[in-house]
Amino acid sequence: MSIWTYANPVKFLALSTRVQPWLWAAASIAIGVGLVWGFFGTPDDFRQGSTVKIIYLHVPSALMAINAWFMMLVTSLIWLIRRHHVSALAAKAAAPVGVVMTLIALVTGAIWGQPMWGTWWAWDPRLTSFLILFLFYLGYIALWEAIEDPDTAADLTSILCLVGSVFAVLSRYAVQFWNQGLHQGTSVPVATGGRTVADVFWYPLLLSMIGFALLFVALVFYRTGTEIRIRRAAALRARAGRGL
Amino acid sequence: MPELGKYAVEVLSAYAASLALLAVLILLTLRRGRAARADLRRAEAEGNSDA
Repeated sequence: MSIWTYANPVKFLALSTRVQPWLWAAASIAIGVGLVWGFFGTPDDFRQGSTVKIIYLHVPSALMAINAWFMMLVTSLIWLIRRHHVSALAAKAAAPVGVVMTLIALVTGAIWGQPMWGTWWAWDPRLTSFLILFLFYLGYIALWEAIEDPDTAADLTSILCLVGSVFAVLSRYAVQFWNQGLHQGTSVPVATGGRTVADVFWYPLLLSMIGFALLFVALVFYRTGTEIRIRRAAALRARAGRGL
Repeated sequence: MPELGKYAVEVLSAYAASLALLAVLILLTLRRGRAARADLRRAEAEGNSDA
């Protein structure tokens, strides 16, 4: 079966209904165990003290903030190229989840930064690119709400998503692009596979990252279903209004 | 409760803020989903009664 089968809203909703209970359960278990293990079962860092426990929220939310935008980029491109409505609605559905993940990363980063760096905020390349990504999320959501015709809204938000992808890339690689600022390099380099986090912190962190990723997928499935139903109700009323 | 030392306020506030934001996101998502289902049922019923 091709992946394009799920461009059909009915087939997408059937798949979504089947997988969602598993996704919600797996996300709850992974986040619950990851955070409880990290909070109660790991020692303080020798330099950062107990603030290291913020890592179990900060890193997974930052990871999903960037990856949510990439998911929106892929689904936006599918909309622009193949005109599948479900993909445009999936991008729309992901944006509020992405904005909350970005906000959690910014808030936990500020709370962590104050005792470690002596400041809540600095115009550091990574922090600044993350703030711009947050503003792009808000702009993306506002643009969807501002345009009445859904296809036009999908077109324009897809273009905005392409432009915003520059900042999603910068958010991830800002530390490497500009070797300056307060923020440390990534603790979990995807390209090299190496990491700077000790095992005792790594395993609960990994579990928490998996949990946030599963939660993101569960929320996007659910929210896309909601958008499909809203679109369907509007179409039924429009058809009834035209007397068809 | 683990001993959080002098950073207890920072750690606890980071957890409280994050979990509150996640809870609001999930609750609003579920509320909008339920409203959309109910509205679709109404629209389908209106369509059937018109037919």
